[in-house]
Amino acid sequence: MTRITLQDKTGPFAENKDIARDIRVKMILPALSEQEEVILDFEGIEGATQSFIHALISDIIRKKGPETLDRIVFKNCNGTVQKIISTVTEYMQESG
Amino acid sequence: MKIHLPNSAFIGNIDPFLRSFDSREPDRLEITANKKWISVHPLVLSMIAALGIGLQPQNIYCERLEARSKHYLERMGLFRMLRISSGIRITEHEPAGRFIPISKITTSEELTRFITEMVPLLHLEPKHAEPLRYIISELARNVLEHADSEKGAIICAQYYKKSNTIRIGIADTGVGIRKTINNAYDAKTDLDAIRLALTPGITGTTRMGGGTEFNVGAGLFFIRSIAEANRDFFMIYSGDAFYKLLKKRQGTRQHLFADPLRNKHSSEEHLPHWQGTVVGIDISLDTNEEFSNLLDLIKDIFVKTIRERKKKTFRRPRFA
Repeated sequence: MTRITLQDKTGPFAENKDIARDIRVKMILPALSEQEEVILDFEGIEGATQSFIHALISDIIRKKGPETLDRIVFKNCNGTVQKIISTVTEYMQESG
Repeated sequence: MKIHLPNSAFIGNIDPFLRSFDSREPDRLEITANKKWISVHPLVLSMIAALGIGLQPQNIYCERLEARSKHYLERMGLFRMLRISSGIRITEHEPAGRFIPISKITTSEELTRFITEMVPLLHLEPKHAEPLRYIISELARNVLEHADSEKGAIICAQYYKKSNTIRIGIADTGVGIRKTINNAYDAKTDLDAIRLALTPGITGTTRMGGGTEFNVGAGLFFIRSIAEANRDFFMIYSGDAFYKLLKKRQGTRQHLFADPLRNKHSSEEHLPHWQGTVVGIDISLDTNEEFSNLLDLIKDIFVKTIRERKKKTFRRPRFA
């Protein structure tokens, strides 16, 4: 299991897409390739943009399939962040 | 170029100001102003700063300002940004609670820092800070990613106590929306391009559903929808066209549409050419609509549009 604490990297407002890409490429994808479960911990994140969440997870859904979501846990998300994550996961599956 | 600061120019009455802008002779800038009073939306200041920062100061002429409200322009940092002297003396006040002076954002790191510092400057409650930083992040990132301008995004904002509203203006002098959108589409006019850019799931980076690893064509649609749901003004000007989302009266039924031309709006073509993009938005702090509820509305229409667009590509069975 790999736990990734986002607030250390993004601050309380997660909007920097370059950081999102780095987390995806350097941390999430390698862990998924090792068949590990990934916990994305949003503790301390007050808000996030759709662009950030898209840069964080859309390419994973596109390339590895929506079933990969079964191995990612979005932890400690507030209501707003949950809705943005749900939006991205939903439109990625609709367009797949 | 010639630009005149009128007595009043806010999104509701911005049209004459845009029509009066003279974009000829791009190597020099002449600024004139109403003699009695100047009261303008931050987007006007962002536009002037964006025009001027690429010029040598000796090629910028600003007439001696006489309006009693001239100090506002100095305080917002217009002349500092243009590197010219206004001759206006002011006592600098701590800007907290009132405005964000004109700022230039050219990198991702500068944007992150700007957003972090902006919220305390405006003394916002968390529920008001949430949509504001969302909007500014998405707009400024659009500039950094798509405008292809070394001068970056020019942004400023002002809190208006009487209307309890924050007004934001952001301008760039990059390639403009039409060129960006036409990397993947074929917009014949600037207004067509603006319409596409405001439509969910349309991005200039690809025509593929689901977008690329970085873009899906949601940013401007989200912002338009936030304004629409809150009954706030929103406008976008690029090339020779502009689109303005008009305010709806309180009590009228809320409706988000995928097509921006179905919203209550005005638009115009054949305006003086703006090389780049200008966006203005008003955010009323009186609104009772929680940001989180807005996201539900936006998600529904976004996902529905993607689904319908996907369905149009389905192969049909052939019956003989």
